[in-house]
Amino acid sequence: MGYGKKNRNVGIVGIGETKFSSHREDVNQPEMLHEAVREALDDAGLSIDDIDCVVHGNMELFEMVHQPDMWHTLGSGAFGRDSFRLTTGGTTGGTLVAAADNLVASGMYDTVLAIGFEKLQEGHTTGGITNMADPLWARKLQSGALTDQASVKQIEEFGAERARKAAMMYRIIMDKHACLNPNSHRAFGLEWEQMDDLINTSPPLIGDLRLIHMCSQSDGACAMIFASEDKAKEIAETPVWIRDHINVHREETLNLCNNFYPNETTHRFAAEELYKRNGIENPLDYFDVFEMYDPQAWWGVDWLRDFFLLEGDEHIKLVEEKEIMIDGKMPINPSGGVIAANPIGATAMIRVAEAAKQVRGNAGPHQIQRPVNHALASSFGGTMWTVLFILEKELDW
Amino acid sequence: MNKRVAVCAVAQIKNEPDIWYQRFQGMLFDCFESIMEQTGVTFDLEKGIRNIVTCSDDVFDARTISDNGMTDVVGAHYRGEEKTAQDGINALGYGMACILSGHDDLILVLGHCKESQPESRRMCANLAFDPFYCRPLGLDFLNAGAMQARAYMQKSGLTEEHLAKVVVRSRENGAKNRFARDNGPVTEKDVMESPMVSDPLRELHQYPVTDWSVGMLLCCEERAHEFTDKPVWLTGFGSTMDSYFLGDRDLASSFALKKAAARAYKMAGVKHPADDFDVAELNDAYAYQLPMWAEGMGLAEEGKGGQWIDAGGMEKQHVNLSGGMLNGNPVMLGGLARTLECVLQLRGEAEGRQVEEAAKAVAHGTTGAAGQHHAVITLEK
Repeated sequence: MGYGKKNRNVGIVGIGETKFSSHREDVNQPEMLHEAVREALDDAGLSIDDIDCVVHGNMELFEMVHQPDMWHTLGSGAFGRDSFRLTTGGTTGGTLVAAADNLVASGMYDTVLAIGFEKLQEGHTTGGITNMADPLWARKLQSGALTDQASVKQIEEFGAERARKAAMMYRIIMDKHACLNPNSHRAFGLEWEQMDDLINTSPPLIGDLRLIHMCSQSDGACAMIFASEDKAKEIAETPVWIRDHINVHREETLNLCNNFYPNETTHRFAAEELYKRNGIENPLDYFDVFEMYDPQAWWGVDWLRDFFLLEGDEHIKLVEEKEIMIDGKMPINPSGGVIAANPIGATAMIRVAEAAKQVRGNAGPHQIQRPVNHALASSFGGTMWTVLFILEKELDW
Repeated sequence: MNKRVAVCAVAQIKNEPDIWYQRFQGMLFDCFESIMEQTGVTFDLEKGIRNIVTCSDDVFDARTISDNGMTDVVGAHYRGEEKTAQDGINALGYGMACILSGHDDLILVLGHCKESQPESRRMCANLAFDPFYCRPLGLDFLNAGAMQARAYMQKSGLTEEHLAKVVVRSRENGAKNRFARDNGPVTEKDVMESPMVSDPLRELHQYPVTDWSVGMLLCCEERAHEFTDKPVWLTGFGSTMDSYFLGDRDLASSFALKKAAARAYKMAGVKHPADDFDVAELNDAYAYQLPMWAEGMGLAEEGKGGQWIDAGGMEKQHVNLSGGMLNGNPVMLGGLARTLECVLQLRGEAEGRQVEEAAKAVAHGTTGAAGQHHAVITLEK
């Protein structure tokens, strides 16, 4: 038995996303979940009776509901079904997809509904994230999700002017994509001419991380339905296959000095392992789209290098030459990405959902116009954790 | 399904009322080290543990992303880690799926709960209700349990004397388990005279607040022999969610448990649950739940929990020889504690409470108020 060799193939057969917004005051939590579940069931042409198992996840301290899957049964459809609750911080949505992949492949369940959500309006996001740090050692240092590491590193390596331009260019590209996606929480209509202005005038958060670079705090939910190969072919015209997933966490404290083996990010480690075991030699050529969990523009640029195993400034060039735009060589986040909408417990699942929609060819106004056969989707969370997925149109790998 | 999943090793610390002298990382690390020592398992990328399934809860740990604090001590160094935020028995169910999927050969399951740390009784349990209708009423697991107790006692002819009997027996059994919480013996009179905390539930009818941690190593069938000579096989798993509002449920009947048990039994090929198991461990957070869950799992006849106790069902079917949840396990880990006792019994390591020739066992866990979610796992030698 090899790592990644699944007992049976698993297909994505239904996808539902709510509208993402800063305030979903028109719905409570189960109602919001229900919107996504309803859409996923309709998308698959299934009823809730066709679902064997429901997987639920978010971070309970954001909304201060303990074991929210109990109350959410009203909207999730878990009543009378097997159900699991998994949560891993920002990676939660990815963990839910990985769990659904495992649960279906195991043969224990034929159809699994996974639901990720967050209603950040009902809590205090920065307070909530600060609260993840160790109360003795790190909490006083933690500033929510705001960090300046990526900008310091890139300015040191590429010079202030080039690094700042690349980060803002990335930001504007993401906004241009967000403007195409009707579900976006934030779509400003930023123009290239505003670049210099934004670099200098957007309110600074920490160091060179400015408000415009940072992701939003959103309300929203995402639901996806997964089925075994036989079932998936019956249910969907174009099931999207989960070829493989990898989950890489690391310690909260031991790696602070960053001098332990392997001295690289979990993103690069995950990418190397996943490509190696799937025989993918040149990821930049292989994949047709990448939905990346990019919490802010500086990280977005930096992580391109890790996920595509690039060296030097190859990743900066991709941004500068606008190759990451929806019609470029490697479209990144045609959905607008995390900067456009970040309902945390759903965010990583939205990456997989959006990548799958691109493969199906029905993403809507932000559909890539070339055929999309191979997609990559990433999750980010915790203290630099990664879940990474390869999605395929055909079962021919 | 023709493949099985092995439990190769188990580890636990002693259940205590308040482990003030250790952080929860320390509690769990003791279990981690014990598993490493027992099995010699590694974190090698090809042959070792590549995924860890943890069980904990942000609300109990008062930390957002509670597993974040565990990554240091569970081996999640460039390896996977996935947290189940519900009763730990589901971590085993999910661990089984990870292995049966072919994605992983080995799964390390680690759970911790330091229930003494937060206001677990009133605050955490109250937070488990929706903020609009139920939370403002002051509902928590105790008073939800009290309503269920009233309904169930009426249906099944369960009396105060039965409840007292269940509690006294739990304490007696707990005294034979060196990892169980030290509560001291009580008499039936003590139980019946203990203060009423939520009518009809008395102080001694409820499990005491407890701190504990636990670890298990799961492995695919082909490789189990590398880590143990005495594998215990997880043969079936099933879980079911009931509806949320207490008024939408038949509180006196365990719809969800019956369904969860039926799924687990089907997967394991169990036909006669009342006769087939040598050991049964039920997650009795309150005394009335022991006969009630026994009915739900088919160990006792529906509506006859009182008679089942009178007829010595608890002894005949070797139910909760560990002392059960009632003697003290933290609320998140009840199902893992139940499974661990089954593993010890099937390995012949249950010391003074060992059942001779135990070959088949069943364990149970619940999540939520008055058993909204149930999970059942079957085990074989």
